[in-house]
Amino acid sequence: MTPWTFFVEHHGEIISATLEHLAIVAMAMFFAILIGLPLGMALVERRALRGAALGVANILQTVPSLALFGFLIPIPFIGGIGRRTAVVALVLYALLPILRNTYVGLASVDPAVLEAAEAMGMTRQQILWRVRMPLSLGVILAGIRTATVITIGVATIAAAIGAGGLGSFIFRGVAMVSNAVILAGAVPAALLAVAADLALGWAERRLKAA
Amino acid sequence: MSSADKAIVFKDVTWQVNGRAIVAGVSLEISTGETIVLLGRSGAGKTTLLRLINRLLVPSAGEVRVRERATTAWDPIRLRREMGYVIQEGGLFPHYTVAENIGLVPALEGWDGPRVKSRVEEMLRLVGLDPAEFAARRPRELSGGQRQRVGVARALAADPAILLMDEPFGALDPVTRAELQREFRALARRLGKTIVFVTHDVREGLLLGTRIALMAAGRLVAVAPAQEFLKIAHPEVQAFAAALNASSGAA
Repeated sequence: MTPWTFFVEHHGEIISATLEHLAIVAMAMFFAILIGLPLGMALVERRALRGAALGVANILQTVPSLALFGFLIPIPFIGGIGRRTAVVALVLYALLPILRNTYVGLASVDPAVLEAAEAMGMTRQQILWRVRMPLSLGVILAGIRTATVITIGVATIAAAIGAGGLGSFIFRGVAMVSNAVILAGAVPAALLAVAADLALGWAERRLKAA
Repeated sequence: MSSADKAIVFKDVTWQVNGRAIVAGVSLEISTGETIVLLGRSGAGKTTLLRLINRLLVPSAGEVRVRERATTAWDPIRLRREMGYVIQEGGLFPHYTVAENIGLVPALEGWDGPRVKSRVEEMLRLVGLDPAEFAARRPRELSGGQRQRVGVARALAADPAILLMDEPFGALDPVTRAELQREFRALARRLGKTIVFVTHDVREGLLLGTRIALMAAGRLVAVAPAQEFLKIAHPEVQAFAAALNASSGAA
């Protein structure tokens, strides 16, 4: 069986696995942004919190992904077998690039511009939303882009704890010693990662040009 | 002179960080409508003194009074909106157009759209820039001199009574610098604002200031009308006089 004939014969299954994969990644990214963005904003003003939050996010990212999935299984509510656990693990992974880039972006705005904003009588909130955020959006988006590409890749491993997605083909192919089946999962996953990278890269350049 | 003529009063002001006094025991009265130049070497405390006026800094001891009220008794946002502020390189918002930069404080003050727009055009013409050509540009599409003009226009937009300027022409080439100094001198005389102008350039200070206040190591060492300043015997004044003579001799 060539990879191509497997593709053709199983295209329905592959498409639904791809959609499942996308759904897991989208959910994980949604929560990672929901947590990472405000936390990154909070870090700019709070020095004490900064070391702790970036440290924890750093450590989380050094845990091997398969181990992280394993650790989460016995934890009540967020753990167990299935998609929910996978999403939790992926959120923890995606958090660092988003958190770090949000903080770095906000903190690296030209101090002269911030001083001018303060001296003009802008309030803290006005400075954050009208000056800091617009000026660091490119850096923040770069963090989201990195996180998305990582998440698409790591999400294939989520199949190991029964979350589905394109990883199921890869694990099945490894078990069957069939390159065709492995490729049926690996190729769409790689294409997704490249597509996401290009799309977010394009958005980033648009922002910088504006 | 009655106390109502005092726009800004420093009363024995000290500002220290980590136990080191950057400004020490400064007392100074600034009259409404005068242009006072804070002169001194780098690190003399000039900028710190300026930042104490709009409460970017709060005195460690003593008090700064703006229009008879201590800066600590003012709402800082209100206080800052009563003052224009111009810094080196302008500190313009790179993501805003020239018009948005100039119109920001009026917009924050709740002016309606048409009023902001006409004020922006008036300000651009005031600093010698054609609104049709410059209003829609971004700061990066301007020369250094043009950016500085926009910085002045932005500071004047909400018609503040006080203008604070921190080496506004410091980063410009000598020709543009001389041009802006001349224009600004005329503008300052015409507008009648109270202006506090920080510089380390004695020539610029003498050109623009009605009075010069010299700082050295955080202390105010001499205050005099511009035309009498160089006659003061204080060694720091004479050091600046010597620098002036040396540079005009070379030129």
